[in-house]
Amino acid sequence: MPRIRVLVGTRKGAFILTSDAGRRDWAVAGPFFGGWEIFHMAGSPADPDRLYASQSSGWFGQVIQRSDDGGLSWNPVGNDFAYTGGPGTHLYYDGTDRPWAFKRVWHLEPSPSDPDTVYAGVEDAALFRSTDGGATWQELPALREQQGAKWMPGAGGMCLHTILLDPTDPQRLYVAISAAGAFRSDDGGASWRPINRGLHSQYIPDPEAEVGHCVHRIAMHPARPGTLFMQKHWDVMRSDDAGDSWFEVSGNLPSDFGFAMAVHAHEPGTVYVVPIQSDAEHYPPEGRLRVYRSRQGGQAWDALTEGLPQQHCYVNVLRDAMAVDTLPECGVYFGTTGGQVYVSADAGDHWQAIVRDLPAVLSVSVQTLS
Amino acid sequence: MAVQTGPATVRVVLPYPLYTLAQCAAELTLHVPRPVTLTRVIDALEAAHPRLAGAVRDRATGRRRPLVRFYACQRDLSNLDPGDDLPDAVAEGREPLLVVGAIAGG
Repeated sequence: MPRIRVLVGTRKGAFILTSDAGRRDWAVAGPFFGGWEIFHMAGSPADPDRLYASQSSGWFGQVIQRSDDGGLSWNPVGNDFAYTGGPGTHLYYDGTDRPWAFKRVWHLEPSPSDPDTVYAGVEDAALFRSTDGGATWQELPALREQQGAKWMPGAGGMCLHTILLDPTDPQRLYVAISAAGAFRSDDGGASWRPINRGLHSQYIPDPEAEVGHCVHRIAMHPARPGTLFMQKHWDVMRSDDAGDSWFEVSGNLPSDFGFAMAVHAHEPGTVYVVPIQSDAEHYPPEGRLRVYRSRQGGQAWDALTEGLPQQHCYVNVLRDAMAVDTLPECGVYFGTTGGQVYVSADAGDHWQAIVRDLPAVLSVSVQTLS
Repeated sequence: MAVQTGPATVRVVLPYPLYTLAQCAAELTLHVPRPVTLTRVIDALEAAHPRLAGAVRDRATGRRRPLVRFYACQRDLSNLDPGDDLPDAVAEGREPLLVVGAIAGG
């Protein structure tokens, strides 16, 4: 009987939510690492009991936690994220050059085939990889050679927040950085190139610059890895050529600003976003929490509201806080800065809150366990 | 007065996030080479509890993390040169060195 395990990172600890395939009755475990920010947790596809968690604190720095028993017990592993060579400089908000300095891990992406291999996206933006279960970390430094001196922090920091591994080509990786843009490697991370053609960002001096775009999230369906979806600072975008070019698919969304994005587990053309009013107003338009679903890969979107608050709702849904399961009837999950975690067991048609009063949710990831 | 040789016995008090991370007692006794300095105390702390590596000092710079403070003998020692001697009362174990998370963030 399949089971679902939802890994929730919050501002004040981690929580693990579990259910059977019905996804109606949930057990809630946690908080783990109470008081610490848990930016992201992820399970290994190759060994679902191998979990990684990014535990962070403005006071006490970065800890990477690892569990080998599905979250029952945890142990810290390596937290030495040393940039390769001279760290160089990037642009700061005031136009000055600032040396690269490690701050925290935003996202962990385990290898689909090896439980001991895991990638980490960090702030200040860089990509690291561990091949020993998190004990040691090595930067893939060629990424920062892609005009890194021109990168500038987004409002949340200069973070590498998205890592996509092409399941059909182990040499192909995608990353996204705020505010630098999207990048692709076709040789396992040895070299990179920007993939931002078609993006238009009016908030930078050259709206169509090769780098400098504030990409909030990219998403991919494993069965169609050449098609990418992007939630940018403004605009929802799509690429059908592995990022070589992008076109806008915002269509009829009430706002094309937002953070979170996910693709249906079984329908590569069905994509979900949560529109947010604006960069200044980080809450849903009209105070109505709506997930929007497009069944044709964007442009035409339907509001999904059943079970979601449709008045006086002013939460945000952050970039890593939406995920899907792989049960035959695809489940969709997202967490809010108000502490709710919602599930839809029918691909978004109906929603229920699993929990309502957690700390602000930073990330949601889902494991479908056999 | 006899000159003390051998390592000093220094008491260190950790804040909740750090002693729970290290899974140790809130107050530790560390053996620290003389002369007793902040650098040597933190070296001994990290050697005894490797989980705390990077939690008190920045891994890259070796400097005190900005929101970590060091107090002892009712003094703020946070900005003491890390190579300077700590007060005798700390070096002699009569007073603990307090590692404190700064009050910040509302």
